[in-house]
Amino acid sequence: MDILLQQIINGLTTGSVYAVVALGYTMVYGVIQLINFAHGEVVMIGAMVAFSVITSLAGSGLPPLVIVMAAVVAAIPSCMLMGYLLEHVAYRPLRHAPRLAPLITAIGMSIILQHLALLLWGRNPLAFPQIIDNRVFGIGGAAISSVQIAIILLSLTMMAGLSWFVYRTRFGIAIRATAENVHVAGLMGVNADRVIAATFVIGAGLGAVAGVMYGSYYGIAHYTMGFSLGLKAFSAAVLGGIGNIAGAMLGGILLGLVEALGTGYVGELTDLCHWPIASGMLAGHCADGGNFVLFGSNYQDVFAFLMLILVLVFRPSGLLGERVSERA
Amino acid sequence: MAQALLEALNLQVHYGGISAVKGISFVVEENEIVCLIGANGAGKTSTLKAGLALVPEGRGIFARLTVAENLAMGAYHRRDAAGIASDFERVYGLLPRLKERASQVAGTLSGGEQQMLAIGRALMGRTRLLLLDEPSMGLAPLMVEKVFEVVRAVAAEGMTILLVEQNARLALEVCSRGYVMESGLITLADTSSALLADSRVRAAYLGE
Repeated sequence: MDILLQQIINGLTTGSVYAVVALGYTMVYGVIQLINFAHGEVVMIGAMVAFSVITSLAGSGLPPLVIVMAAVVAAIPSCMLMGYLLEHVAYRPLRHAPRLAPLITAIGMSIILQHLALLLWGRNPLAFPQIIDNRVFGIGGAAISSVQIAIILLSLTMMAGLSWFVYRTRFGIAIRATAENVHVAGLMGVNADRVIAATFVIGAGLGAVAGVMYGSYYGIAHYTMGFSLGLKAFSAAVLGGIGNIAGAMLGGILLGLVEALGTGYVGELTDLCHWPIASGMLAGHCADGGNFVLFGSNYQDVFAFLMLILVLVFRPSGLLGERVSERA
Repeated sequence: MAQALLEALNLQVHYGGISAVKGISFVVEENEIVCLIGANGAGKTSTLKAGLALVPEGRGIFARLTVAENLAMGAYHRRDAAGIASDFERVYGLLPRLKERASQVAGTLSGGEQQMLAIGRALMGRTRLLLLDEPSMGLAPLMVEKVFEVVRAVAAEGMTILLVEQNARLALEVCSRGYVMESGLITLADTSSALLADSRVRAAYLGE
């Protein structure tokens, strides 16, 4: 099996999910400079709603594809409503408060949503029923499953759709204008409240689909799943340059690739038996093809945050975060 | 007498305990260009801010949007697609430089081009009154000339303009009437030619 190609396929899959989630962070940040820490929980709720729909319809005899579609169709408006309520109830009253206040509120909302999910869906991990026959195709020594293909294609479609909306439609231009200067956009007749609410609703709708994709890829949903997924997607948004839509897409895919490749190779690279200096001292361990691995693939989660630290140290504005300077 | 488009009566602006505008009255009639001149800090910008600034000082264009998108934002509140399309043509005709740079990000334009974009964007809104706040600010002399050519061209189309400007000579050359502001008060009001000939104006603002 070709490990490199396999890890690239795995990385593209998780990376496209990160990218879609990261868009939710970056759009909201772009318009009101708020890091909506509850966004990961919105994604989790999407997965939970989809789980409920799929389990309740699984025995109905409907075609599996229809059931999955129904799950997505139920998750999207649920999350959109949640995003709308979040903005309206939690953030709007704090629009002109010091920046720390909405940030703390965001963390509070994240905890509230987690516990709401805990009450509704219980504390145990929920197994996503595998109702669609997950076929595996071989390409060039690696394997790609139909779920992976679906995730990558669906994510790319959503990203293309969002780009079209933001760059080609009247309201999309208004969103970008508001992100740049709320005051002047207001003079042009843009209703800032509507634009802000729209970024939450759009981000939440994308997040809902991401939650369903994530749940069906790992086959599991849990009330805490939004936390690490959210943090990774946030790292992806920062990596690409927070506030930058193309940056979030690029950052998500890159982060997925780094994570997959890191996980795939960290064991081999930190196997001291491959290092001439150490292998002598560890002759006992290394004899007969033995290993002395420092870090195994259980260090998977380290890579995203390592990237976040590196970006913050060496390029705080992110990969595409270069702002065009406005001449006074 | 032509209809007054903008009339200020005893306008006052205070910032905390400081009064920037101490009760001024002026009028802008349909199809005329009126300028408000005066030194830095005389209260000219405060006067505009009391009303509405459509082409704000510092221009306020969207640097990360393209030129065409900036113009489209000017027409954001309008719903008449055909009218917007014909206004695009009209603005591009008046400001050919903007047409050349339509798909360029506005932040990469020169200062004078940004000023033209700001004027173009205001025209896209089909405003009846164009308020220009210090259009010459921060521009190279050659660019100032070009921007004022645009102001003249816009005026020639019949637009009503209230121009606030520190560069008194340039302003009075385009305007029909002018008001001179000093420390928050209007000290002189006359036709531009009379103001240009006035000895006090010549001494204080024209450097003679």
